[in-house]
Amino acid sequence: MSTEPILSVKDVQVSFPVGSLVSRGAILGVAGVSFEVRPGETFALVGESGSGKTTLARAINGLQQISEGSITFDGDRIDGLNKARMKPVRKRMSMMFQDPVGSLSPRMTVGDLVTEPFRIHGTEGRNLREEAVRLLTLVGLPADFASRYPHQLSGGQARRVGVARAIALDPALIIADEPTAGLDVSVQGEVLNLLNDLRERLGLAMVIITHNLHVVHHVADRTAVMYLGRFVETGETEAMFAAPRHPYTAALLSANPEPDPDKVHDRITLPAEVPSLLSRPPGCEFHTRCPWVQDTCRTTPPPGGDVSCHFPLAPGAKPPAERALT
Amino acid sequence: MSTLSISGLNVFFSTEDGPLHALKDVGFDVPERRIVGIVGESGCGKSTLINAILGLLADNGEVRSGQILFEGAHDLARLSPAEMRDLRGPRISTVFQDPMGALNPVLSVGQQMINIQYRDSATKAEKAARAIEMLQLVRIPDADSALDRYPHQFSGGMKQRIAIAMALMMEPALLIADEPTTALDATLEVTTIELLKDLQEKIGCSVMFISHHLGVIAELCDDVVVMYAGEVVERGSVRDVFQNPSHPYTRRLLDCDPARQTERTRILPTIPGEIPDLRQRPPGCVFGARCLERHEGCDAPQTERLVGGAHAARCNLVGQPAQEGASA
Repeated sequence: MSTEPILSVKDVQVSFPVGSLVSRGAILGVAGVSFEVRPGETFALVGESGSGKTTLARAINGLQQISEGSITFDGDRIDGLNKARMKPVRKRMSMMFQDPVGSLSPRMTVGDLVTEPFRIHGTEGRNLREEAVRLLTLVGLPADFASRYPHQLSGGQARRVGVARAIALDPALIIADEPTAGLDVSVQGEVLNLLNDLRERLGLAMVIITHNLHVVHHVADRTAVMYLGRFVETGETEAMFAAPRHPYTAALLSANPEPDPDKVHDRITLPAEVPSLLSRPPGCEFHTRCPWVQDTCRTTPPPGGDVSCHFPLAPGAKPPAERALT
Repeated sequence: MSTLSISGLNVFFSTEDGPLHALKDVGFDVPERRIVGIVGESGCGKSTLINAILGLLADNGEVRSGQILFEGAHDLARLSPAEMRDLRGPRISTVFQDPMGALNPVLSVGQQMINIQYRDSATKAEKAARAIEMLQLVRIPDADSALDRYPHQFSGGMKQRIAIAMALMMEPALLIADEPTTALDATLEVTTIELLKDLQEKIGCSVMFISHHLGVIAELCDDVVVMYAGEVVERGSVRDVFQNPSHPYTRRLLDCDPARQTERTRILPTIPGEIPDLRQRPPGCVFGARCLERHEGCDAPQTERLVGGAHAARCNLVGQPAQEGASA
């Protein structure tokens, strides 16, 4: 693994204007995050809906303006580039969108769909028919699929076409937004195996966005847990699964239902609701739901670093007995 | 008596390429006060089954044979649309995957909760009080003022809980929950499941819970029905089925769940192959083409065989001595 990161995100913020003409304001969808991804590495972004995962992915890909911070890809700053200058970057950084069938134009054949990137970025004497066959083979689809339309594909096949499009231009980085959402368990494995295989064979770096922790465990080298647009914990996936240090990570891991009716669940339940981005809690933003909350947490923001918590958990920590929440 | 008792149900859709046999000989019971999980992958007929129960099959769909007996008295497959309408809502209600789609964005939550009590002769104040009570039951904070708010002002988890409150407001005998937690993240999923379980006990209704998440089924349900390509391949209590899966498909499905892989692995198990074309069902076992334990007996039509007690599987290996390490 080389040491130079292919992608480096530094203190990135994304803000959205809210309110009317009289009461203008802004909310921070992404509130200052930093991370690096190296070639051949898989980095996972985990968090509940609304935590800012997709916004961050769109910001990296230039689909969303950032308000603060910097994004460096392959040694060059790419934040703030205009459409024309972003185009060559997108050749090397591809995006897989969430909805497998919805992201494929229903009027195009699979062959046209997987070779569309060449038509956008210049074909340079490539034989599109041969390219289509090469890409379909790479993602494990029979060559005769080239003449099919998206509605004739199953969810898993549509995903494979999405993967083929993403790798068409030999990118250095793939950003996959919920690559397995809505897929059956048996097909989910197929898509993840394919991504893993391609990552190894083509030396790709990947950013995977998901809310499925089981998936993260098996595919990601490093994981970041997002809450209200910030990273609350970052680290090696395996170490994090073995001993989560932020209470939110611990709660997420303990909440995973497993297919064993006799499993004794030692769950950390989170009281209260996710706060609104319009009124972020003072101090540690997780304190309204944290079972371990202390007075300091209500007033003082936690330190930065890998674990954004005043009192990181010891391995196997149990939440204190029910306490009154204020 | 079972709240819902389905037997020999066959549903066909007419298509340009001939009739499509969507549900084949489906039969199972939803006993009173029990939660029955229906698990299966896309294309296994879960949605067709719900629509057949609710009398909402598309125009080209038809229940060709079989019975859907509700509370021992009504055969839902034979009711007139008007009779069906009287049951839907007060006696049989549903919660769907997308809570935003189930709530009207331009009406306040209170207005919607009062509107759905239109059959009741109570005054508006009584109906509002009942709505508040339900919202408290599903743990919506500040239920009084919640009535005046609109769906977009609630988080995803809260919206789903409001949808559940609305579904249970008329104290139905049967709640059909179609993947109600799929759109929620892990912590909210668990809270929603626990809430559903609580409410089911309080109201004393039966629940048919459709999901492809095996972990959720294991945690919430009493019984489970495993479907594949429009057939019930295995059914029984959750403990029997998850601890002694007897149909090869159930075993493969359990193997595929990443939650079962406690050791980190780069290669996840899969089930190669596709669901057969339901216009040309294979004469023998419907899972035969993808089964690792396939043998000559699989070419004959399969019947349901008892594993023991109420645990049954549609596989001719059942009843034979258990084969060690048969599932890979």
